[in-house]
Amino acid sequence: MSTAAGGNAHDDVLVRARGLQVHFPVRSKGLRRERTGAVRAVDGVDLDIRRGETLGLVGESGCGKSTLGNALLRLVEPTAGRVEFDGTDVTALSAKALRALRRRAVMVFQDPYASLDPRTTVGQTVAEPLQVHGLHRGTEARAARVAELLELVGLDPSVASRYPHEFSGGQRQRVGIARALAGEPDFVVCDEAIASLDVSVQAQVLNLLRDLQQRLGLTYLFVSHDLAAVRHVSDRIAVMYLGRVVEVGAAEDVSARPQHPYAQALLSAVPLPDPAAERRRERIVLSGDVPSATRVPSGCRFRTRCPRAFAPCPDVDPALQEVEPAHTAACHLHGVVGVPVAAEERAGA
Amino acid sequence: MSEPVLAVEDLRVRMDTPRGTAHIVNGLSYSVAPGETVAVVGESGSGKSVSVMALLGLLPKRAEVTGSARFRGRDLLAMRERELRAVRGDGVGMVFQDPMTSLNPVLSIGRQLTEGLLAHRRVSGKKEARERAAQLLADVGLPDPRAALDRFPHELSGGMRQRVVIAIALAGDPALLIADEATTALDVTVQAQILDLVERLQAEHATAVVWITHDLGVVAGIADRVLVMYGGRCVEDGTVDDVFERPAHPYTQGLLGSLPQLHDGDGGGPRELVAIGGTPPPPTDLPPGCVFWPRCPVRGDERCAGEQPPLTAVGGGGGGPVPHRAATFYDAARDAGEVGS
Amino acid sequence: MSAAQDPVAVPARRISVRPARGRFTTALKLLLTSPPTLFATLVVIGVVVLALFDELIAPTGYNEVDVQQRLLPPGAGHWFGTDDLGRDVLSRVVLGAAVSLQVGAVAVGFSLLVGVTVGLLAGYYGRWLDTVLMRLMDVLFAFPAILLAIAVIAILGPGTTNAMIAIGITYTPVFARVTRAAVLGVKESVFVRASRSVGVSDARMLLRHVLPNAAPPIIVQTSVSLAFAVLAEAALSFVGLGTQPPAPSWGRMLSEGRSYLEDAWWMAVFPGLAIVLLVLAFNLLGDGLRDVLDPQQRSALEAARAKPRRRRRAGVGA
Repeated sequence: MSTAAGGNAHDDVLVRARGLQVHFPVRSKGLRRERTGAVRAVDGVDLDIRRGETLGLVGESGCGKSTLGNALLRLVEPTAGRVEFDGTDVTALSAKALRALRRRAVMVFQDPYASLDPRTTVGQTVAEPLQVHGLHRGTEARAARVAELLELVGLDPSVASRYPHEFSGGQRQRVGIARALAGEPDFVVCDEAIASLDVSVQAQVLNLLRDLQQRLGLTYLFVSHDLAAVRHVSDRIAVMYLGRVVEVGAAEDVSARPQHPYAQALLSAVPLPDPAAERRRERIVLSGDVPSATRVPSGCRFRTRCPRAFAPCPDVDPALQEVEPAHTAACHLHGVVGVPVAAEERAGA
Repeated sequence: MSEPVLAVEDLRVRMDTPRGTAHIVNGLSYSVAPGETVAVVGESGSGKSVSVMALLGLLPKRAEVTGSARFRGRDLLAMRERELRAVRGDGVGMVFQDPMTSLNPVLSIGRQLTEGLLAHRRVSGKKEARERAAQLLADVGLPDPRAALDRFPHELSGGMRQRVVIAIALAGDPALLIADEATTALDVTVQAQILDLVERLQAEHATAVVWITHDLGVVAGIADRVLVMYGGRCVEDGTVDDVFERPAHPYTQGLLGSLPQLHDGDGGGPRELVAIGGTPPPPTDLPPGCVFWPRCPVRGDERCAGEQPPLTAVGGGGGGPVPHRAATFYDAARDAGEVGS
Repeated sequence: MSAAQDPVAVPARRISVRPARGRFTTALKLLLTSPPTLFATLVVIGVVVLALFDELIAPTGYNEVDVQQRLLPPGAGHWFGTDDLGRDVLSRVVLGAAVSLQVGAVAVGFSLLVGVTVGLLAGYYGRWLDTVLMRLMDVLFAFPAILLAIAVIAILGPGTTNAMIAIGITYTPVFARVTRAAVLGVKESVFVRASRSVGVSDARMLLRHVLPNAAPPIIVQTSVSLAFAVLAEAALSFVGLGTQPPAPSWGRMLSEGRSYLEDAWWMAVFPGLAIVLLVLAFNLLGDGLRDVLDPQQRSALEAARAKPRRRRRAGVGA
């Protein structure tokens, strides 16, 4: 999807992450509660999100994609690395500047049943960003803007005085989208925004998101485990595994020609609603379970389940390298590139 | 044609609620042959889960269930609790969505398996029960089965737990396995492993499977026949090929058309999703005619508005032994088209 | 394009839109539909009226001693009989209502204010603030309630006002705990995260999102505490540390009537009944209020009130 203005909006980077890390400490249960380790939810991510594009972020549970989305908005604090929003470093913002950021960079949450305060009306929920940022002051102006937003997401403005429990999941999700758009943001993180909805409602919301992007010139980070949906809405796709981005490229390229063994396994595992295709396909079935994020394998973290692991994998932590134009993957099969593991660690692996 | 393992006839489930009488299942009929996999597909509120819970007597007492469900010739709905208990876990194995609630968190895996084995008298004593339990865990692909016997559910991952649930379900060598959204909560790679496993086990034991899901991709991969449910009724049924390639009922067409595609055939940009407008009706307030009428974009026949169309054969289909039927008054064959056109 | 194709004009369940002002009156109406709540509301209103107009309603003053009329059973001139000093029991019960209500309201008001604030801050901010505040509360909590009240009175001296302070202090930790527990739960909600994501400040979050959602257990606790406060005042007065004679207080009257239980049961029974009634009413009212204030429960109540077969349109055509 490109902006209404056309293709060239893609050269400009709106959100940039470098070496982003989010580690959650694990503390012992005793009296002294010492730090015994860390959950490496996001473990060194470099990412560029271009203005006007939709970047799809896929991965399975525990890969860190939701944490990454939250960290980009500083809803969770990064433990290392930088995030730049429109050129400004957001990792070191004052409280006032952070609030200003919250107007321009917003999130749509997964659970439509939990993301709306059950004790405030839908209108009040949608108006909240307006109140926080002092927009459309005055009762009438505000009410008019709320009505406008509700219509924008396909709801009748008269529902503003009703409470969330009076609505279905899909409708509540629309309210969540209206709230996100109230302050006229530039960047929207959709964190599994359609996962909790019925199939036919998912299509409605996907269409709505696409429509809004065209009309309002939004930039999306679409976080999801649903590969088909991601393929449908994204311009580019990034695949995550155990805290790292292992492959990035144009949506058509990544889905048709995945280069990283994990991405290949992931794509081969997605069930297709086409019986003939299902009968034909060869599934790559991975062995074992995902390692714990507190004990990440040394070198390439995927090597414990990779059907094509070979000699350099335990010793060198692969970096993203270009495998075809604008398509990168972090795998030594395309050439051993990366950070060698320190000798002491290697001995223990 | 051998006798079907399961034959459901005009199943109806009603429940009184503060908002009125909810008609959750409205006349469902289907049969499952030995070794066959039938998928029941529908969204939330379609009645698919309630229909199987009714078969096994798992609904609350105030639910009124009518119709018949013959399992190996005996009507499940006419059985008393004691007889049903004998059937559950012995002739019929069940796998539900959340392994964390299907498994008892305070009992070890081994205990949960041996409990069932001993209760249904399939083994002669505890020692043999343990042997058999370890064998079952190995069959479902659990690494190090003997050690796993002493583990607890929370020590295993989601995929492993679901394998244990499958092991328990298959412990009694059932003729029928009922899986209700069994892989919905699992990651896609784990789901692939589980689907593989079920197919393999099914082939080995010739078990019939009723697989309930909302995921059409899973259906395409695992099912021989499929039933599409909406508003408590079956609106279309047939082989997977017939229903997926030549969907006849507007709801099925809408459902298939609203799915985002992972791979587009023609290489152009992804096509626009054709969403079905509106929302499903509440079970307390169903429309008089076809349940789908208020949202139907086709509206091929005025009779659909006032009268519930019966399942009629879709002409011009594959012509195989399994009929392809849709609940429409108009000639669905005329409108049955390719998906995504 | 697609958004216009599938607008959702009417939510699947239709409930009439109420203007903001009308909501208060409907709330009141709802409160009065369930028999227990109706009963409770009437009792509380009744006692409040008694307390406000006590001097007008009571046939005599609270201390009109008339020894010749002592220990008369309930009858024509004295509906509740007279006590050992010939004072009209009915008047003293009516006048005592004001004392009980006042002590209840002030004491609980104090605990509510202080306790909820402590609980909010401790629960929301956590860490050292939580530890410090809750340890303080634990110290107070460790004392048996009456003992603590007595200790406070020992320092401040007996009397109604001091009784209010004592009871207030005693119940503060309860409110702090209840609030903190509720806040801990609400704090993790997705909607709190969602509001934070649009830049809502802590103050606004606490007042507009956390507190309203943490309110139900606090409301119930308030009614329970009101009940206990009335009992506590009665107990303190019973042992002579609360309301001092000759001021009327239900607890005081219970104490004085104790020795006359066999001969003049009305001296203790009527004030006792009054205590029971008021305590019961507060409890029931708390339950009813909690239900009415919860939007979901409220809709259920409204639906139950309305005709059982409401006609609703099933879904909307594209």
